[in-house]
Amino acid sequence: MRLRLRRYQIVFLIPVIAFALLAAAFGVGLYLRPDIIPSPLINQEAPSFALKPIPGRDDGGLSSGDLKGQGVTLVNVFASWCVPCRAEHPLLMQLAKQGVRIVGINYKDKPQDVVPWLAELGNPFSRIGRDDTGRTAIDWGVYGVPESFLVDNDGRIRHKHVGPLMDHDVKTTILPMIRTLEK
Amino acid sequence: MTRRLAILALLLALTGAVAPTNSARALQPDEVLADPALEARARDLSKGLRCLVCQNQSIDDSDADLARDLRILLRERLAAGDSDAQVIAFLTARYGDFVLLKPPVTPVTWALWFGPAALLLIGAGGIVLGLRRRKAADAELDALTDDERAQLAALLKDRDPRHKDGA
Repeated sequence: MRLRLRRYQIVFLIPVIAFALLAAAFGVGLYLRPDIIPSPLINQEAPSFALKPIPGRDDGGLSSGDLKGQGVTLVNVFASWCVPCRAEHPLLMQLAKQGVRIVGINYKDKPQDVVPWLAELGNPFSRIGRDDTGRTAIDWGVYGVPESFLVDNDGRIRHKHVGPLMDHDVKTTILPMIRTLEK
Repeated sequence: MTRRLAILALLLALTGAVAPTNSARALQPDEVLADPALEARARDLSKGLRCLVCQNQSIDDSDADLARDLRILLRERLAAGDSDAQVIAFLTARYGDFVLLKPPVTPVTWALWFGPAALLLIGAGGIVLGLRRRKAADAELDALTDDERAQLAALLKDRDPRHKDGA
């Protein structure tokens, strides 16, 4: 059947077109991630902080000075009580083995919990600072654990990842970014 | 009678038990500042700040740990003599404008702030244009002679429902 519309009948197409546009907008919306809040700290110098080591371990604590002149560093905010942290941990171990420098901010954790946790799962961190009040994490704009940051040789935050790192993130974002930043 | 009383008692117990725990959980007594004026400012500010964990609650309403931390931090800064603007700047420097429940007017949010008014104006403009065009068309029709008009009506009679009456 051939559809022939009179000129004024084109008006009737408006609701159809409006619906199509709305459906397209909602379709796009399904794939947006509103839980990932863009950080204003990207390309800014990392906040200045000084964290003490976890009692009972000799990780040396962590301060802003440890992020300068050390090449590209992956800063990982983690806690033993955080289940997704456990999920991403093997990947951190693997990255550390590949030579990526990883430092940890231990968020609101108890030494008696995190010491056995690291003993059980292994330690990918070259330094760990203990943020028992969560104030340093707030300075980094952290709103949930785990979060990871890529800091360049000058101590500037270049990338933020919210939530556990997955194989896909490491392959498509983290490793390529480290390679570019190291140039 | 006893049954009615029992139901009443149950309702009272429910409202009494549920309401206070819900409303009193977010802001804890130990967070409240001694100075009532400062506390009032703190509450006003925290009502306009987004809890980043729950996203659609203010930190004043939220039970999230981070909301509590931010409430305490905000009060510390006010007690240390920060202005409201300084507190807001402190938080937006860390969490971005997203932390504000009322988005500021910036080029990025123009569509949000002015979009509805712009759509209204475009719609009104469209209606005005349409009406004007219709009037012009009617005027053209009036310029026809009676003879021409009868001819036209005869031609259009079965083809276009708008001209069924032959006008």
